[in-house]
Amino acid sequence: MSKYRITDADLPFAAEFKARPVGFHSPGLQRVLNVLRGGPKAGKLVLVVQEPFKKWILGRMPSRRGEPVEILEGQEFTSLEDAEWAVFKRRWAVQTGRELDL
Amino acid sequence: MTRIIAYADRVSARPGETVNFMVSCDGIDRYEVDLIRVIHGDVNPSGPGYQVEPIPFDFGGHKQGRHQPINPGSYGLVDDHAAFAGLSSFTVQAAVWPTLPGAGEQVILCRRDPESGSGFRLLLDDDGALAFEVCSKEGGAVIVSTGKPLLAEKWYAVAGGYDAATGELFVGQTPSLNYPRTEDAGYTSHAATAGLSQVETAAAVTIGAQPARDCPAEGHFSGRIDSPRILSRALAKDEIEEPPDPDNPVHDDLVAAWDFSIGIPTDRITDVSPNQLHGRLINLPTRGVPGRKWTGQEHNWTKRPDHYGAIHFHDDDLHDCGWDVDFSLTVPETLTSGVYAVRMHAGDEEYFVPFAVRPVPGQPTSDIAFLLPTASYMAYANNRIGIDFSETEIVIGRLIQLNKSDLFQQEHPELGLCFYDLHNDGSPVYYSSRLRPIINMQPKHMGHLGGVGSNLWQFNADTHILAWLEQFGQPFDVITDEDLEAEGHDALAGYRVVVTGTHPEYYSVGMLDALQDHVDQGGRLMYLGGNGFYWRIAYHQSLPGVIECRKSEDGIRTTPPRPGEFYSSFTGEYTGLWRRNGRAPNELAGVGMVSQGFDISAPYVRTEASRDGRAAFIFEGVEDEVIGDFGLSGGGAAGLELDAADTALGTPPHALVLASSRRHTDVYLMTPEDMHDPVPGMGGTEAEIIRADMVFFETSNGGAVFSTGSIAWAGSLSHNGYKNNVAQIMTNVLTRFCNPAPH
Repeated sequence: MSKYRITDADLPFAAEFKARPVGFHSPGLQRVLNVLRGGPKAGKLVLVVQEPFKKWILGRMPSRRGEPVEILEGQEFTSLEDAEWAVFKRRWAVQTGRELDL
Repeated sequence: MTRIIAYADRVSARPGETVNFMVSCDGIDRYEVDLIRVIHGDVNPSGPGYQVEPIPFDFGGHKQGRHQPINPGSYGLVDDHAAFAGLSSFTVQAAVWPTLPGAGEQVILCRRDPESGSGFRLLLDDDGALAFEVCSKEGGAVIVSTGKPLLAEKWYAVAGGYDAATGELFVGQTPSLNYPRTEDAGYTSHAATAGLSQVETAAAVTIGAQPARDCPAEGHFSGRIDSPRILSRALAKDEIEEPPDPDNPVHDDLVAAWDFSIGIPTDRITDVSPNQLHGRLINLPTRGVPGRKWTGQEHNWTKRPDHYGAIHFHDDDLHDCGWDVDFSLTVPETLTSGVYAVRMHAGDEEYFVPFAVRPVPGQPTSDIAFLLPTASYMAYANNRIGIDFSETEIVIGRLIQLNKSDLFQQEHPELGLCFYDLHNDGSPVYYSSRLRPIINMQPKHMGHLGGVGSNLWQFNADTHILAWLEQFGQPFDVITDEDLEAEGHDALAGYRVVVTGTHPEYYSVGMLDALQDHVDQGGRLMYLGGNGFYWRIAYHQSLPGVIECRKSEDGIRTTPPRPGEFYSSFTGEYTGLWRRNGRAPNELAGVGMVSQGFDISAPYVRTEASRDGRAAFIFEGVEDEVIGDFGLSGGGAAGLELDAADTALGTPPHALVLASSRRHTDVYLMTPEDMHDPVPGMGGTEAEIIRADMVFFETSNGGAVFSTGSIAWAGSLSHNGYKNNVAQIMTNVLTRFCNPAPH
């Protein structure tokens, strides 16, 4: 669990992520991702595969074993990169209280 | 949602042998059954796609679907006996170490008719306090509680009893440790009806749960129970403050006294009272764990079994679903050795149960044996890496993708756990069984750790190798880890080359000895994976299809075993990494685990050693300096889990490091066993040790070993229609390895 707190000083890393969401990252972006991709499992956003390699929808993890994954209707993606960026922005807003305007 | 699930009673069969299949359907009345030979289970449209060979086989037409339940949760079961029915005044005693007090009623020991509720039971009540209940058909239920919740993971002497003469019911709990400001000791008695009888109750004694109406058991106790016993007398308050001790002289009033330190490797429990009311364990609770007498002085239960008188029960233990057989397959003499699967399907629903077909005994049909790593499949069986652990998203460097089977597994935790999971009480999982549906051991299945691209793991990732072997143009036989365990080196007799899967991580001493004998006696080994030969496991000595792994000392693991639990309960062997057992993977394979990361993979770059004449055959027709800068598993041939050469760990001094990967992302990190004194720079962009080494070396008697040190390697084979430098190297090595000329 990261204790790092994201601030406006991290905005360049958001731009870096948008350009390349998966793969090599600068140390600064990795630190941001350790926050945004960490956190508790309960309520965590995941992708639910609707059509393998073609279509995904956002889901939210439950808190306990046995409970269903919540499907977030309307939050569908046909590109993994788009999904990564959409989730990044949502989590950024939760962490900082401010929407990303990139 | 998955509406057909199934398992088989065996994972390997020869012609003439029969495999039984057990199926459960949810809302499906009728399904069809096919037999297929598995070639390529990867559905990624960027690769060759799903490929199987239909095999004509008469299963007798369609099958009727029916639901068969899974009943997890472990307990002890002792058949009913006149000695129990004859009880009038009596006391139930034990030492307990609860792990989830307060999480619902948890039965320590009972004899109870589930229909009428008559009988008695010693339990933790909803508040986590000790309670004792007596219920007879004459008098109804009377329950008395101490009202003092027990602390988690502390030992208590507990007892409850009934005095038939006075009608007094009593219960008492005495902690082994006393803390200031903590009131967790308690004794309560209560006047109830005198003269209650146990005669009219016909029920087994259960330990760690109670019989239920609609399923075998309920009210599972989470935690450890040590030395439970029943006496035919109402003990006084001062008599129950000490925990029962099997080492003390046998009590005159004993009805039964189970000593769990006897028969630790078994599923049997032994009554040391004169009545000898022995019992059995259901769903494999954990044995070989410190009991209330453990002092820390001895860690090996074989030397001081009396310190290991506890059994750890879990409400999510699962051994054998015990379903009825739905259909069977007797392997025809005409079926060639290979990886097969039975496919059950109805409409859009399908479920696969794979198994290996071996050749007729003593008649290998090829120089090549593919060693299907079934122990590692069991180690990962139904793992919850993608649904239980938030950190997974960080180590895979991308969003978690949940497939249909993941959603099913999330809603059906009764499918059981594996070595990557935690029990509901947070304790590590030591046992894994294949006698249950294993939903991540199917063609078409996608995992979480398989890297950008196909995202395959274990069984389905290994089909990348199966499909390449099809391309090689020579038949190959298939044997499994269980065959290797059962037969040792004999299982490999007649094979010149053993080819491994992508991640043969879990090895018993018998399996490791067999492979070592193979290469020492002139055999050849193609180790086509990463993080192989890493954890030491043990097979159960009497129950087929069950393995144990305790991840002692260090290594990459979900959680460590608790102190005093580093020895296998099945065999008494010391557990943990093979590296910590004096047999690092480097000795057999030339490389050993150095790092893992599950986002993108990297290529190898050839070294000067690749120009050595000894390795000329490997690079024949390969002009490239960069090897494997493509692939379905992370986009490169070196990735996911990486092994490197290290002579200090046993890599032979004459081994040639032919090529190495260089730069990996920083989700790749050094392993705990290499982080002796942590310093910054342990990630894939900085740490020199984080690389895959491709290694070749000769062994005694003309044998040889070729190792890739990367799980991702096999994902690169099919690139460009199997015409690429990874596939060329494989063809070169396998061709030479099949040649009997000594290396």
